[in-house]
Amino acid sequence: MGFIVKQLTGLRDWVDDRFPLLSLWNDHMGQYYAPKNLNFWYYFGVLSMVVLVIQIVTGIWLVMNYKPDANLAFASVEYIMRDVDWGWLIRYMHSTGASFFFIVVYMHMFRGLMYGSYKQPRELIWILGMFIYLSLMAEAFFGYLLPWGQMSFWGAQVITSLFGAVPVVGEQLAELIRGDYVISDITLNRFFSFHVIALPFAIAGLVVLHIIALHEVGSNNPDGVEIKKLKGPNGKPLDGIPFHPYYTVHDSVAVVVFLMLFSAVVFFAPEMGGYFLEYNNFIPADPMKTPLHIAPVWYFTPFYSILRANTVNFFGIDGKLWGVIFMGLGTVIFFLLPWLDRSPVRSIRYRGPIYKLALTLFVVSFLILGWLGTLPPTEGRTLTAQIFTVVYFLFFILMPWYTKIDKTKPVPERVTR
Amino acid sequence: MMRLVFAAVLVTLGLAASANEGGPELLESHVNLDSKNNLQRGARTFVNYCVSCHSASFMRYSRVMEDLGLSKEAVEKNLMFTTDKIGNPMQVAMRPADGEAWFGVAPPDLSVVARARGADWLYSFLMSFYLDPKRPTGVNNLYFPETAMPAVLSALQGVQRKVEHQAEGEAHGGHHAGPALELAVPGSQTPEEYANTVRDLVSFMVYLGEPAKLVRYKVGFWVIAFLFVLFIACYLMNKEYWKDVH
Repeated sequence: MGFIVKQLTGLRDWVDDRFPLLSLWNDHMGQYYAPKNLNFWYYFGVLSMVVLVIQIVTGIWLVMNYKPDANLAFASVEYIMRDVDWGWLIRYMHSTGASFFFIVVYMHMFRGLMYGSYKQPRELIWILGMFIYLSLMAEAFFGYLLPWGQMSFWGAQVITSLFGAVPVVGEQLAELIRGDYVISDITLNRFFSFHVIALPFAIAGLVVLHIIALHEVGSNNPDGVEIKKLKGPNGKPLDGIPFHPYYTVHDSVAVVVFLMLFSAVVFFAPEMGGYFLEYNNFIPADPMKTPLHIAPVWYFTPFYSILRANTVNFFGIDGKLWGVIFMGLGTVIFFLLPWLDRSPVRSIRYRGPIYKLALTLFVVSFLILGWLGTLPPTEGRTLTAQIFTVVYFLFFILMPWYTKIDKTKPVPERVTR
Repeated sequence: MMRLVFAAVLVTLGLAASANEGGPELLESHVNLDSKNNLQRGARTFVNYCVSCHSASFMRYSRVMEDLGLSKEAVEKNLMFTTDKIGNPMQVAMRPADGEAWFGVAPPDLSVVARARGADWLYSFLMSFYLDPKRPTGVNNLYFPETAMPAVLSALQGVQRKVEHQAEGEAHGGHHAGPALELAVPGSQTPEEYANTVRDLVSFMVYLGEPAKLVRYKVGFWVIAFLFVLFIACYLMNKEYWKDVH
């Protein structure tokens, strides 16, 4: 026993002389001090990493049998589902993982909104996170074409043709993205390339930057108290505890609970009532047959609703183009949050009623827009989508004003439990 | 404030409900994947009546043999009419061009049709052919108006006729609103027997759409059971460590 320990310690020191092994470990795990009052909402960061790993590992195995060819793609997915040993499990983990990725990321972002995690000095963490989110959307969009079902094909057709709404260069831009006049085998191949190489690299790199930036300034917490202000005699934050072992064991519980929920979907409801795997996508792509109702997967539907909501032409610009502009703004406007929020406090615990109301209305409009986006439009639904699109944007546009006049409570020196 | 939110939610709910998709209400198929006997009967109906025109090209006969607990001889004798190799998929002898010439559209592959349409729709469709002299096939369908498919199962079911007033359709047990169907010429099976035949057939087609369905619930149970044990271990470890955090 003593011999083995000695050998291992020797190996560690050998590596550490040539690579900053111990200092990396200490900076990010053993001596990284995190606030001791992190709650439920702080699990979703680590859970996003868990899903990222699931997606990468299952993706590697899917690529071993998937064929990015318009004539073979649909059949190769069914080949995976039937003839590849455990192929159905790998595929369902990947398809369920896509939806769960967005669930945990939306929860993670909502946590940021609740506790003001984007506020100074964490603006850059927020911005990097937003780039991860945008990359994730692109990743999901490219990946959704690969099964080559009706929804894959027509969803991609609708989204790529949006670029056609851009004045002057629109049509050329749409063709540039597709590599063809319509979605075709060429599009499938380039989307495959983006999905399995370009975007996974981008996401992994951005995640590393996100975490380095986080560990530089330290985690926020539900009280929005800066724990680095009060340090003990050992120079460590009084309200901080080492990430390892405290949060590694803490997170292990959350990861196992998460995996139970994840497995429940994978094994018992992989289609999730048509929301995770759309029924129409079990019909092979047919460029000659447009489905009556084209809806993106649920995680895009809030933005799809915003896109469809605008029906009027104004300032001499076509209504369709405004829809595209609003949809784009609806996603990138999150980047501005650190500067739109003028509140002196971070956490919702010490904010006044106006912010609480605004955040509630925002979440409600996000959910309602998401839901409307799954349904075919009617007159009443379009009107509702318009109302909630306005509410959605007012949350951001009025933020500098209402966060300034909102009555805040005094923030305590130390974190509460 | 909350009242406003509730009002908004209610309005939206109303909007969603008001625009239900058209068409008559689906019949309930009550498919059963637990009984190998039912699936075997469904497989037999499928190869006897469907595979003459429709392929199921993602499904191999050998897989049906394994999953449904059949012997090689039984499959070769009772199920394989379009190929002589048990490892081959369920292909169809008819060429797509012929199908298009004869029916106006090539009969689609049925491998994953149950996943696209749903079991209840398939059941309703197969129950609801009725006489319509205006159609080239002589029949029409309640759930797929102007379908190109002839009433292939009419030898079993008999021939149905549409009853314009809200009379109860015999074959349906009269559960759904809208036009009802009644039996004009009886087939070789009673309405109950036919309903069971279609139920077994649709059960087989659900299996055909996703063979993993036969195992994934069982695997899932053990995976979650394992995770539960792991949860207890992690929970206790977490509790032990966090004892010293105040």
